[in-house]
Order: sequence, then structure tokens, then C-alpha cells
Amino acid sequence: MCLGIPGKIVDIYDSNALRMGRIDYGGVIKEACLAYVPEAKAGEYVIVHAGFALNVLAPDEAEETLKVFRELDEMT
Amino acid sequence: MKYIDEYRDPQKTAALLDAIRRAATKPWTIMEICGGQTHSFLRFGLDAMLPSEIRLVHGPGCPVCVTPLEQIDRAIAIASRPEVIFTSFGDMLRVPGSGRDLFGVRARGGDVRVVYSPLEAVALAEANPEKQVVFFAIGFETTAPGNAAAVWQAREKGLRNFSMLVSHVRVPPAVEAILSSPRNQVQAFLAAGHVCTVMGYWEYEPLAAKFHAPIVVTGFEPVDLLRGLLGAVRQLESGRHAVENAYARLVTREGNRTAQETIARVFADCDRAWRGIGVIPHSGWRLRGELGDFDAEKRFDVGRIAPVESPLCIAGEVLQGIKTPKDCPAFAKQCTPQTPLGAPMVSAEGACAAYFRYRT
Repeated sequence: MCLGIPGKIVDIYDSNALRMGRIDYGGVIKEACLAYVPEAKAGEYVIVHAGFALNVLAPDEAEETLKVFRELDEMT
Repeated sequence: MKYIDEYRDPQKTAALLDAIRRAATKPWTIMEICGGQTHSFLRFGLDAMLPSEIRLVHGPGCPVCVTPLEQIDRAIAIASRPEVIFTSFGDMLRVPGSGRDLFGVRARGGDVRVVYSPLEAVALAEANPEKQVVFFAIGFETTAPGNAAAVWQAREKGLRNFSMLVSHVRVPPAVEAILSSPRNQVQAFLAAGHVCTVMGYWEYEPLAAKFHAPIVVTGFEPVDLLRGLLGAVRQLESGRHAVENAYARLVTREGNRTAQETIARVFADCDRAWRGIGVIPHSGWRLRGELGDFDAEKRFDVGRIAPVESPLCIAGEVLQGIKTPKDCPAFAKQCTPQTPLGAPMVSAEGACAAYFRYRT
């Protein structure tokens, strides 16, 4: 239940007064509610739990990860 | 897939394991709170690759596991009523109640349905005005935003045939309960990354300070898990006890404010019983008083519930990290995923199911 999967927003629309979108999980497309990520745009990645996107993935985090590995390299 | 493959990279995993081996000079006991992380550790065999100094214990972060038996018996009683369409996340259906499970209700003609999103339950209520639609709202802070949105939507639509059986739990009070226990052995925690995505991690700062326990916000892929562990080990070795964020691509200190606002509009804090553990103060969410019309416990009088636990199951000790599933005499004997005695053997996030799947 807490695993959640990252997926890419295909498109965004309103349904029943809620911001919804279609999300692409590596080829499998499912609908999710985007009410909690009002700033999210098509093409961005979100993490989805039980049909709700909980946040947008920050692309600059790739940088952050690399930084950790540079630090590990320096130690060896 | 983007945001998955790069966090399963074998070279990065090996480099992190190596760094953990170099960092660990003393024995340390570290708990991952979230059952999803337990499964990832075992699925990728990471626990077996850790140096002998590091002992991983598994925490209570399995919503299906900690939902009290009394609530499951109440769900079964409500689902058995002829006017009810009972909806739930799939995992919940096979959790044994005192007598039977929700699948058993369905086998006897009850209308029990699995939904992926709580909004599906609201849609069912709208499409079936002659029926009472009940959603079993369980889970941690990760399912609360969706469940809160569903109640709010039902209210906006003026639906009178939708209600929720609420059994929400929150992580920080459970961390405090574990650290306060005289039997506690946990020295550092990996905090559940997706819970913190919603709630942020500021709530853990006073806990880390009070109990001198490092808490590292951690994700779910191998690289994430090992980064979290490395952070915890480095803090333990240097005598620090801070809250550290090793899942910054999703988590900020303050969390998702929009989600928090909706949760606060719909739910209020309450004491909550955790299955196998007991009542933890302020560890749950219930519907706010003004939304009482949507409370299934108020709507359906099912009489007195007298839950009966299996005398063999040691789930409570497993959920607190005091024992592992292999310490249980019933593990893989009387208790299997096909014949579960306790919820941790059922759930995709239960520690017993993880050990059964990956270690037998």
C-alpha cells in the first residue's frame, strides 16, 4: 500500500470537479487523481498511491544521487 | 523505467554495500518501519549482503497487519448486511477475522468489492442509490489523502449512501512507542519515504533528539535503501542523532501541504489500537465530528464485537521488531499465505509473507 509507483503524466483533465490525469507506468496507462499536485504538468513524473499522485519527482535529485557517488569514490 | 532502473544499478548497490562495510565497526540494530521496505530488502537479498555488525529489524509499517481485529470483525459484520456494497483495498480481503475473512463474506453472497482508488467507492455509491456503499479506510499517511478526498467528494455530491469504516494510523506515534518500550532494541530508524512525501519529516526531529536515535528518510529501491542505511550507520558510528533525508527526489521537510490541508479538513487525531501491539495514544485518525454522517461505525449498529486472536500467532512481537518471523513456531507450518494465522502472513507488506516468499 505504501510502495507507490513513479509514472509519467500523459494528460490532465477535470472529472467530477477533481484534477485527474492519465499516468504512463512504462507502457501501462491508468488514471490517477492529481488534486494534490496542482503544479504538475504533462511529461513530469509523479509517485502514485491508491489512485492519488502524492508528489512530483524532482529531476534535480539525479544530481543529488551522483553527488553521493562522487563522495563514495573519493573515499576509496 | 525512469526513476526505477537507475536506483537498481548493481554497481551503485555494490559501492554502497562496500561503504556500509567500511563504516560499520560496532554492532547496530536498525529498523525499517515500512513493510514495503521490508519486502524490498528481502526481495533484492540486501539483508543477506550486509556486514554482520548490522542487524535489521522490521517495523509495524504494514497497514493491513496493524488494523485491529475488532475493526476487521466489524467490517465483516457490516459487509454481511444485504443492503451493503462493501469496498476495500485488495489486501484486506484475506486478513483473517475472528471467524472468517471478507472473502468468506463474498462466498456467502455478500457484495464485497476490491477498489484501487477510494474514488471508485464514491462512484459506486452514486451509481447504486438503493445500496449503502461502505469503504474500509485503512492505512498510514499515504492512503489518507485519497481517503480524505473521497469523503469530501461524497459530501460535495450530497451522497447519503456512502460511508467509511475508518482505521487510519500514523507513523510518528508508533516510532515513539517503540523507542519508549523497555524491550526496545532499535538504535536507528529508516523512516518510510512515502509517508514523509505526504507529511514531511519535521515530526521526527523531536523524536530523534529525545531518544538519541538517528532517523533517515529512505526510499524503496536498492540504492535508496542502502543510502538510508549508510546514513544511519555513519550517524551511529559518530554519535550523532539527526533526521536526515535520503529520499530528496520526493520528500521535503514540510511535505505536501495541499494533501495535509485536506487530511486536516476530514480527519482528527485519536488514540488507536494497533493489532498485536495495543493502544498507542494519538496514533490514529478518525473522521471529524461534523462528518459523522459518513462514519460507518455510527451508521451500522453491529452489536458487540468480541474478537478472538489466534493463540499461536506472535505478530505483535514481529511488528515491534522484538522477534523475526523465523522465531515463530507456526511460521511456514500452521501459518502460510494460504492458511494465514495472522495478518503479516497475508499482506504484500507483511514481514511474515516476505520471509515466506523469499526465505523458505
